[in-house]
Amino acid sequence: MDYDRYINPHIAGVPKSGIRKFFDIVQTMPSAISLGVGEPDFVTPYHIRNAAIESLLDGETQYTSNWGKLSLRNEIAGYLQGRYGLRYDPEQEILVTVGASEGIDLAMRALLTPGDEVLVPEPSYVSYRPGVVFGGGVPVPIKTEESRNFVLTAGELEAAITPRTKALILPYPNNPTGAIITREALEKVRDVILRHDLIVLSDEIYSELCYAPEGHVSIASLPGMWERTIYLNGFSKAFAMTGWRVGYVCAPAPLMDVMVKIHQYTIMCASTQGQVAAEEALRQGREDDYADVAAMRQSYDHRRRLMYNAFREMGLSCFEPLGAFYVFPSIKSTEMTSEAFCEGLLREKEVACVPGTAFGQCGEGHIRCCYATALDKLDIALTRIGEYVKAL
Amino acid sequence: MQNLQIELLELLQQDCRMPLEKLSVMLGVPMADVGAMMDDMEKQGVILRYSPVINWDKTDRERVEAMIEVRVTPQRGEGFDAIAKRIYRFDEVKTVYLMSGAYDLLLLVEAHTLKELGYFVSTKLSVLETVTGTATHFVLKRYKSDGIIFEDEKTDKRLAVNP
Repeated sequence: MDYDRYINPHIAGVPKSGIRKFFDIVQTMPSAISLGVGEPDFVTPYHIRNAAIESLLDGETQYTSNWGKLSLRNEIAGYLQGRYGLRYDPEQEILVTVGASEGIDLAMRALLTPGDEVLVPEPSYVSYRPGVVFGGGVPVPIKTEESRNFVLTAGELEAAITPRTKALILPYPNNPTGAIITREALEKVRDVILRHDLIVLSDEIYSELCYAPEGHVSIASLPGMWERTIYLNGFSKAFAMTGWRVGYVCAPAPLMDVMVKIHQYTIMCASTQGQVAAEEALRQGREDDYADVAAMRQSYDHRRRLMYNAFREMGLSCFEPLGAFYVFPSIKSTEMTSEAFCEGLLREKEVACVPGTAFGQCGEGHIRCCYATALDKLDIALTRIGEYVKAL
Repeated sequence: MQNLQIELLELLQQDCRMPLEKLSVMLGVPMADVGAMMDDMEKQGVILRYSPVINWDKTDRERVEAMIEVRVTPQRGEGFDAIAKRIYRFDEVKTVYLMSGAYDLLLLVEAHTLKELGYFVSTKLSVLETVTGTATHFVLKRYKSDGIIFEDEKTDKRLAVNP
């Protein structure tokens, strides 16, 4: 049967994730140490898991509201206001989604008409570009520079804008670079956004994993930005809840109306137990000042310093990451491509990293290493990478 | 106590053999400062010893453990301290707590054999004049100690590579 006749060429044309190839090789090497993961090495805190178990035992097995449980949305509203000074009405401006990933999809489908351009600062998370394409838009990458801490500048933004530009994705704290964006940098970007009347999709899934003393600042908290921001967050990274698939989108009601429409017809609602667990995470956090999150953040921070230091000692230039749980060292001095470097490292030393090119062509010359890995394994991995680099 | 000292203690509690250099990198402070903090905390009696957590059940060593609840008559002017001191000096006694509730002291006692432990209770502990009663509970299995689960499966359930 000629399936190509049936398949939407628009979708078929989207390349598969560059990570897949490495995944396939690693699968055949059980003793390999992987720094290629994109999730916490902590298990969801026990009290959160237990809340979901109790809810199951109580027979809470029904749908929730399309929007998600109101009690959870109330917790989210309180959390966002307390942590980031963001005010969203839990009744009509907060939608619980199947991970923040669903939020990207909803936003794109709600906003885009064919040919609309969406600006995507890169290197960044692998789903933005396909998300734009699936929504019928045209992704326009903006290369961010290591010399400017991988932060989007007003000049770079301005230069990428055309009459078709509708939206900007703002991916900070950033996967894979670990870059964060400061209030000052946000203010400069904001002026351009306002001048060109753009919508911002701000993916703040790593907002709790910010190691700068001044902490994370959301663009939605800046004057003039709330009304043009679609805010994305979730529980995966901060609360070690990746497998639960619970995130949320916040936006002004007119935008939310459209997103909820898509969500209610395609998803109905996020899983009930996931929502119960998420609510417990925030409820307990409110009582103990997010002690679980603070403990995990501190542990990541220790390992962040260790990794950053180790790469510099190997003689590789390395940008100091201040967010998420990745380091993104440069391997340009080896004169290898990222892919060749990672493949060699995996085959010769059994350490898996992700080539920077998986996150946009401008990631060439870098590798992404995740430090959400047990300390003893990190030590071994770093020793092996050091040996590998030395022998090149 | 400063946050940094607490952070250092937490790292040492995970692995007290961690080299100074690594501690210094992870905490983001100079090595000399880490050394000085450790010295200070040793002097202040915050850090008492750098010792491993051992699962003796995996060794050949014969060993019996018991928790013993002890009821005592507190002494005028001394409270429970004097009797606690008399008890904790026995080598068999590894841990002593003063407790609220139905009894006064809780001991964790170790001996090589059941007989030896019984001998300790009947001839050393019970005969102390201020001890009015004891209840001995033998430890059958240790699941978790000092925050460490003894037979934990340490498999990483994550996919090896993901975005």
